[in-house]
Amino acid sequence: MTSTPLERGATVAVAALGLMIMLFLIIPMLVAIPLSFNAEPYFTYPMPGYSLRWYAEIFGDDSKGVAWRSAFVNSLFIGVCASVVATTLGTLASFGLSRDGVPFRGLINGILLAPMIIPVVVFATGSVYFFARLNLVGTYTGLIIAHALLGVPYVVITVTAALTGFDNTLYRAGLSLGATPVSVFRKVVLPLIAPGVASGAVFAFVISWDEIIVTLFLAYPEQHTVPRRMWAGVNEQLSPVVIAASTMLFVITLGLLFVAEYLRRRNDKLMSST
Amino acid sequence: MKTSSDPIVQFVDVQKAYDSNAMVVKSLNLDVANREFLTLLGPSGSGKTTTLMMLAGFEDPTSGEIRLRGRSINGIPPYKRGVGMVFQNYSLFPHMTVAENLAFPLQARRMNKAEQATRIRKALDMVKLSGFAERRPSQLSGGQQQRVALARALVFEPELVLMDEPLGALDKQLRDHMQIEIKHLHERLGVTVVYVTHDQSEALVMSDRIAIFNEGRIQQVAPPAEIYQNPQTDFVAQFIGENNRVEGKVTSVEGEICQLALKGGTVVRATTPKSVETGDSRVLSVRPEMIVVGPDAGDLPNCYESKVQEIIYLGDHVRVLLAFDGIETLSIKLTHRRAANIAVGSSVQFGWKAEDCRAL
Repeated sequence: MTSTPLERGATVAVAALGLMIMLFLIIPMLVAIPLSFNAEPYFTYPMPGYSLRWYAEIFGDDSKGVAWRSAFVNSLFIGVCASVVATTLGTLASFGLSRDGVPFRGLINGILLAPMIIPVVVFATGSVYFFARLNLVGTYTGLIIAHALLGVPYVVITVTAALTGFDNTLYRAGLSLGATPVSVFRKVVLPLIAPGVASGAVFAFVISWDEIIVTLFLAYPEQHTVPRRMWAGVNEQLSPVVIAASTMLFVITLGLLFVAEYLRRRNDKLMSST
Repeated sequence: MKTSSDPIVQFVDVQKAYDSNAMVVKSLNLDVANREFLTLLGPSGSGKTTTLMMLAGFEDPTSGEIRLRGRSINGIPPYKRGVGMVFQNYSLFPHMTVAENLAFPLQARRMNKAEQATRIRKALDMVKLSGFAERRPSQLSGGQQQRVALARALVFEPELVLMDEPLGALDKQLRDHMQIEIKHLHERLGVTVVYVTHDQSEALVMSDRIAIFNEGRIQQVAPPAEIYQNPQTDFVAQFIGENNRVEGKVTSVEGEICQLALKGGTVVRATTPKSVETGDSRVLSVRPEMIVVGPDAGDLPNCYESKVQEIIYLGDHVRVLLAFDGIETLSIKLTHRRAANIAVGSSVQFGWKAEDCRAL
């Protein structure tokens, strides 16, 4: 196989375009991260020197440090709870929808995916009015429920994808062997769709982890998350602490995505040649 | 009072429709005897698999009743029926070892660990896979996986085991071997087996009785030899084995023997399982191996002479094609020795007994 100069040129062009798109996506992060190590409180290159002072501020003992750390704890707590709720609801919903003979399957699926499609401001406004009646504004419960709802569509999408690769006769086999539907779900279905469930859980966590709009509407200072604290920081006095905090968010998110990918590959290896 | 001669399964006027106009199973009445090996045989879409799925509990009959040990099981979910099942694609749980797969039905029955271990060991011995307990399904060959699936369906000692084309995914040699192995297991364990296949030779080899399905109806239920030798309908005659099929009109009837005139004027004497009257149209069917060629044919009630059109060599036998009744071609199966004196274009005498020829 020989290729004409035109074909070779096209290959190079496609590769160059792909590279440029990747750079476009990644450069904002690559530019921001070094600034968190800037010795001076400016956002310009070249940096006059390197320092960990902004990180020290987050881990410091003064009131600012306490507020930052409380924001990290809040983000983690709300994120984990929202992810657990979203993963449980989303997984059960996807499995239910994958059964034969579900009426209005398309409509139900659309409703489940709605939080992803409708503008978050609309969702947040609605949540405030609705949660106010239930006394859930300014509570952890309210924030967790709202964040969980935003995460459900991502769980539904990943779990539905995992279920399309699931051989339904395995479910039938489990029933024929005398196990109840709940037991078959727990022992056969869940282990086999675990990678999809895990990546859904990671997505749901990440959605909560950098959520700001709903948090702005629903959270009192007690519940302030890292993005909310950054928002406050940007409005008060812009300093590289915000970039230090966002770098930490970024690193944690990246780590989680690696974990999810690792789990998926390990599972693929386990399931291979079946 | 229940005795062992009572049927273990009864289908009573069972119908199944997936939507209002397409009836998949039409008025099914069938008894499965205790400890019998019954095969549901038919082309795809004939209703055999739907029948099995209704018995397993994965489909509900639209009307009628299915009884297990005399009790209606309509509406009872599959996990409460206590029926073993072997699926076409093994359906082993890929994330569990062989031993864990076998333990699954035992855990569902809350059996204690020691008893579980004994049962699993016995079941693996039974299918000759003793050393494979800790393997995963992906580390086994197709035949080994199918054996594990068998062991898993039998390990909880069900009285009734359903098999849905369990050998369909295996190659021919392994399939032949597994047929005999399953047959022996059935004889040894005394379980009742309802087996679905579209492979007629598999049905003939393994079954005590065969139920032949076509278009949602049972055409005939009988032991293999009877199905082969005495097909009751034209469909059964065509579906099982090979048949020469010629249409004719009945000209006279004497008891079970009737005489037919074919389109080209040839007269044939045949037996018939159905009541016939003069003037009826019937389809004659004669198996290729039942046609006698050579001087012996002279003594037979149906004896003709015709030109050899073609001789086809098939290894263990030879197929001879003859012109018949002017417009038809008969296929005849001969041993090499019998075919030795026959040449294409030569004229030969051939014929068959009235009882080897059926007007259906």
